[in-house]
Amino acid sequence: MIRFVLRRLAASLLLLYLVLTATFFLVHLAPGSPSMLLAGDQRLPVEQQENLKRIYGLDRPLPVQYARWLSATALGDWGTSFTYQRPVTSVVLDAVPATLLLAFAALLVEQAVGLVFGIMAARRPGSAADHLIRVISLLLFSQPAFWLALMAILLFSLVWPILPASHMYSVGAEDLGRGARFLDLLRHLVLPALVIGLTQAGSVIRYVRASVLDVLGQEYIRAARAKGISERRVVWVHALRNALPPLIQVMALSMGSLLSGILIAEVVFSWPGIGRLTFEAILSRDYPMVLATTAFGAVMTLLANLMADVLHALADPRVRHA
Amino acid sequence: MRRLPGNLRWGIGIVALLGLAALAAPLLAPYDPAEQLDPVAARYRPPGTVLSAVHLADGGWRLADRVERVPDGLGGNGLAVERLGRREVLPESKVVNLEAGGVADRRVFLLGTDRFGRDIWSRMVHGARVSLAVGLLAVALALTLGVTVGSAAALGGPVVDSLLMRTVDALLSFPWIFLMILLSTLFRPGTAAMVLLLGSFSWMGISRLTRAELLGLNSREFVAAARSIGQTPMKILLRHLLPNALTPILVRATLMVGILILLESSLSFLGMGIQPPTPTWGNMVAEGRDALNQAWWIATFPGAALALTVIGFNLLADGLRDFLDPRLDSKDPAMLPPL
Repeated sequence: MIRFVLRRLAASLLLLYLVLTATFFLVHLAPGSPSMLLAGDQRLPVEQQENLKRIYGLDRPLPVQYARWLSATALGDWGTSFTYQRPVTSVVLDAVPATLLLAFAALLVEQAVGLVFGIMAARRPGSAADHLIRVISLLLFSQPAFWLALMAILLFSLVWPILPASHMYSVGAEDLGRGARFLDLLRHLVLPALVIGLTQAGSVIRYVRASVLDVLGQEYIRAARAKGISERRVVWVHALRNALPPLIQVMALSMGSLLSGILIAEVVFSWPGIGRLTFEAILSRDYPMVLATTAFGAVMTLLANLMADVLHALADPRVRHA
Repeated sequence: MRRLPGNLRWGIGIVALLGLAALAAPLLAPYDPAEQLDPVAARYRPPGTVLSAVHLADGGWRLADRVERVPDGLGGNGLAVERLGRREVLPESKVVNLEAGGVADRRVFLLGTDRFGRDIWSRMVHGARVSLAVGLLAVALALTLGVTVGSAAALGGPVVDSLLMRTVDALLSFPWIFLMILLSTLFRPGTAAMVLLLGSFSWMGISRLTRAELLGLNSREFVAAARSIGQTPMKILLRHLLPNALTPILVRATLMVGILILLESSLSFLGMGIQPPTPTWGNMVAEGRDALNQAWWIATFPGAALALTVIGFNLLADGLRDFLDPRLDSKDPAMLPPL
């Protein structure tokens, strides 16, 4: 098992290297120059541009830049952000908690909705409830997250203003007490978490339904029923426990789409996390920042995939020796 | 003929409606999607606004809430034009399309106008062309790549198989969304480049599916029979294997149309996809985002059209599965929405 994990880990590292190398050359070769070389819409005077380029090593030939970047990164130095004029690592680390909080809240919504509706549908396949849930899940996974986010803002922040439309805290929240500040954070969290969670939940419902349905057809469920265990217990304990491993795998595999949902929600709701950082870094051609945020996304995706593989291997010994 | 399942009927209906709308866009759209007759008076008008169009002799236009004939105060006749509550009297001689009652020329803005006074409905109908074309062509590309790679893996022997499938595995665990955003921001693709980008990033699932289907079919008796009478592998693939693997591949491809349309719109929304002035639903919603406060209709309608389109393709996929192969249960992982 350990050998399997190590092998996968090595493969993931190789992939990470490939992604970052591709990103490095893409950002450097792409048209457009870093916005630090611009003042407003105008370019800075040539001498100043040259100066800045020298400071950041952008005057060197690309292969040299690549070699320097690679060796520095390998030692843990991700460089200085052009925009923030601070080490990239510290800017990214500052944004991580916001993104993790949002991701966690969104996952909570996604899994809660997915499990409840999925299991309800699986209990009576073909029933009216099953059909209704099928329609609901289809409606959910057909929604453009960016539009749903705007509609949520329109309804709950403008027409019926009960929730804040953007940012993580209200203006002046620093002066609030701990409890009030936490409440303020929660109010800001509701809309983005719901939007991401609900759009993701659509497909989760289907996967839960499929895997619970699969388990409910097994012999041991019949045995459990025959022993007179209540239906509720059969479904929520016996069936769910056995349906869980494939579901965790699904959750891990959906990391990619969760990340893209988070990116969009962070942009629409001005949430100060990694997604918005990525977006702004790409727009302003902040090379070190683009590489660092891409690395973050890649690591998250690869870790999730690794987790999915390991869980799969734990559940199915044949995979380990393939 | 069996009765079509409800989801299939709805799916066909929605997709056909959208397809027709896209094809007939120039007929359905009253105006050119880029037309700005009078950006001042027509900006941010709500759905259902009707304005009178006053054509001036110098070629310019005035869009007016009200137009009436009045004396111009110099003994002649004039035209009082009321725009956004402001009245302006023009001499008769300056107006080209003057009639007995003023001007008969009416401009109807069914779904309102945007910041530049452009008609949302016209832009939306033209946007349908972009979305559908990009979605369908990208899926066609992904299908070609995916089926080719999948067939090669299934039939090309163990070495080719493991080589191709390892590559697909690696590609599937790539954080594509980041590279995609990066590529589309950096290179600002037009419609064709967008198709290429989306298609070449989304064939991996189809190749896996094709391989699995073909491997299953390959061990069946009818394929052995075809082989025993000396049919070439290519002929077996085209005549016996692929036709029998068609249903799941088709269902998956239909699901992907919706997903790729969503992806294209999301990139457009972020300002990274197809660029204005080409109207896409994504960039229309983005424009509406900035005016959400004062003009809710700009973001709402194109987004609703987008949601409807994706719903249509997903219903179609669901329905096709139910109809073409009732045995293919929704439990089959290949038939679930891709993550």
